[in-house]
Amino acid sequence: MDPMMPPPVRRIVVDREPYVAPPSAGPPSNGTASAPLLASHLRAERATVPAIERMRLESVWLAYGENWVVRDVTLPVRQGEVLALIGASGSGKTTLLRSLNRLTEVTSGAARSGRITLDDTDIHELEVNELRRRVSMVFQQPNPFPMSIYDNVAYALAEQAPPRGGRRRRRTPELEAAAAEALRRAGLYDEVADDLERSALRLSGGQQQRLCIARALAAGPEVLLLDEPCSALDPISTAIIEDLIVGLRETVAIVIVTHNLQQAFRVADHVGFMHLGELVEYGPSAQIFDRPVEQRTRDYVSGAFG
Amino acid sequence: MAATEILTGSHPTPVRPPRASTASWPLADRIAYGLCWAIGIALCVVTAWIVLYMLIKGAGQLRPSLFTESPAPSTNQSQSGGFRDPLIGTLILAAVGTVIAAPIGVATAAWLSEYARPAGLARAVESAVEMIAGAPSIVLAIFGLLIFSQSYFGFLSQTAANGAVIGQSFLVAGAIMSLLAIPLIVSSTREALAQLPDRLREASWALGKTRATTIRHVLLPAIRPSIAGGIVLGMGRIIGDTAIVVILLGPAFKNEPVGNLPLLGTLRGTGSTLTSFVYNNSPAGEGNAPQKAYAAAFVLMLVVLLLNWLVTRLTGERPQRRRWLPGFGRLTTWTR
Repeated sequence: MDPMMPPPVRRIVVDREPYVAPPSAGPPSNGTASAPLLASHLRAERATVPAIERMRLESVWLAYGENWVVRDVTLPVRQGEVLALIGASGSGKTTLLRSLNRLTEVTSGAARSGRITLDDTDIHELEVNELRRRVSMVFQQPNPFPMSIYDNVAYALAEQAPPRGGRRRRRTPELEAAAAEALRRAGLYDEVADDLERSALRLSGGQQQRLCIARALAAGPEVLLLDEPCSALDPISTAIIEDLIVGLRETVAIVIVTHNLQQAFRVADHVGFMHLGELVEYGPSAQIFDRPVEQRTRDYVSGAFG
Repeated sequence: MAATEILTGSHPTPVRPPRASTASWPLADRIAYGLCWAIGIALCVVTAWIVLYMLIKGAGQLRPSLFTESPAPSTNQSQSGGFRDPLIGTLILAAVGTVIAAPIGVATAAWLSEYARPAGLARAVESAVEMIAGAPSIVLAIFGLLIFSQSYFGFLSQTAANGAVIGQSFLVAGAIMSLLAIPLIVSSTREALAQLPDRLREASWALGKTRATTIRHVLLPAIRPSIAGGIVLGMGRIIGDTAIVVILLGPAFKNEPVGNLPLLGTLRGTGSTLTSFVYNNSPAGEGNAPQKAYAAAFVLMLVVLLLNWLVTRLTGERPQRRRWLPGFGRLTTWTR
């Protein structure tokens, strides 16, 4: 590479002296590297709700083949609050998230040690499809099924196969009410109510993602996993979905993986910072963003790497 | 203000890049390039020639009576009848073959694409399908005759007075014909399944659906047009094949039902199709009615085109159907 040319992307220098944000520095000189690290006015005031522990990870190790991608993570997942997992690419956040509903198992060569429980039952003792109905997932890319809006939700409502056939069989009053309820919880109902038979693929990206959330909610989950749900969306859709996440946390335990620190700051009650497979720091949002204990956390949230 | 300036103001005339010239190419490349052109044009000419020739030779011979009269063995052309029976026979045979081939082909493809365990069995199935695809239809036909004239397959055809099973019927021919269609259906279905992004599967699995439910309710509906395409190709091969008809459907001109049952009798009976009719009437066959052979060949071509159109129409995609394929994300996320 031409030494005179700046690299096209910022390189991560792993073993460099970490940059230390000066404690109690004066007015920040440039945007992100400021103390407190993120301006607290970004976050809407909200009431705390009592939190109940639903899932627990105990010394979880995950590997693909010979590579350990998650190392010894212990973490609670509580209903009533949003847990955000942050960290650089390749830090194991998504793998950890996928292990919560055993979706890692579909990758060949995936291995696990440690214990993950849902309401004190090891998730490997649960039937896998039952587990996935209780621990539902929304993916990074909106992935509606190539069918109508209504059918997308109805498919998730059914335990396995939704009723097929004519309109009368597919749209019984009970099914319609349940589908409308799921769409309402995902904040999509008013926008699509006039034509539920429209193809889901004709919705905008933000609407598609909310449809995916509606679909995940239709399964009646107790835990909702979100894997960077807004990374493909515009800021307005992102704001709608973030409001939705915060609103849902009372009834569903929520785990969100995000690259976007501001987003984690806006939605999360607790934050786990992962780096190279390790859970470096876990704590209330205010701790991670304002007074991180670990040096690596401080570097990451101040934008020194990642 | 600025915008209107851009729209109305003088702007430079777009300059097209000069046309790429082959002048700088090595001679061998230029010759190969010219050959490619020539071959492409030659193919178009041959196709157009066939269609026009059939149109001129065949369409001129068409008259309504050909469609309504059964063929009759007669050297007098005015009494040898039409091709009503072969036309019906073609449709019956295509239906029987497709009904057998479509579910088997789709199921095989789904298994190969979505399960394929154990790997050794999957490889064996794969090469078996390839072998069938490569087998000449006359070989399949002889094999079929051997198998289906066994006494325990008597219910598929008819049994002669001396107890011998003749092993010729629409059912028997359709069963062997399905072997021609299965590889085509398997490959088009498999290809389409492989093109589906994994995130579609994961979305369904993440809702607690089994693999079987996912295949049945998400994956197969998503690739309906490709399945239909494979079926049409398979039908085309069934309709176009002659060797299996001659050997497994019998030498008869007419469709001869067995017994009195309306549909089953016909299926168990022997008959003829447009291909065998063309063969028998052409100069290469008994050669007594080339005009009728041309007319039948023309109709055969029309039947294939019509079936293609019909199946595409019935299962075809609406224009927005596959909007999600280009969708979000990079191209690499689409491949498995």
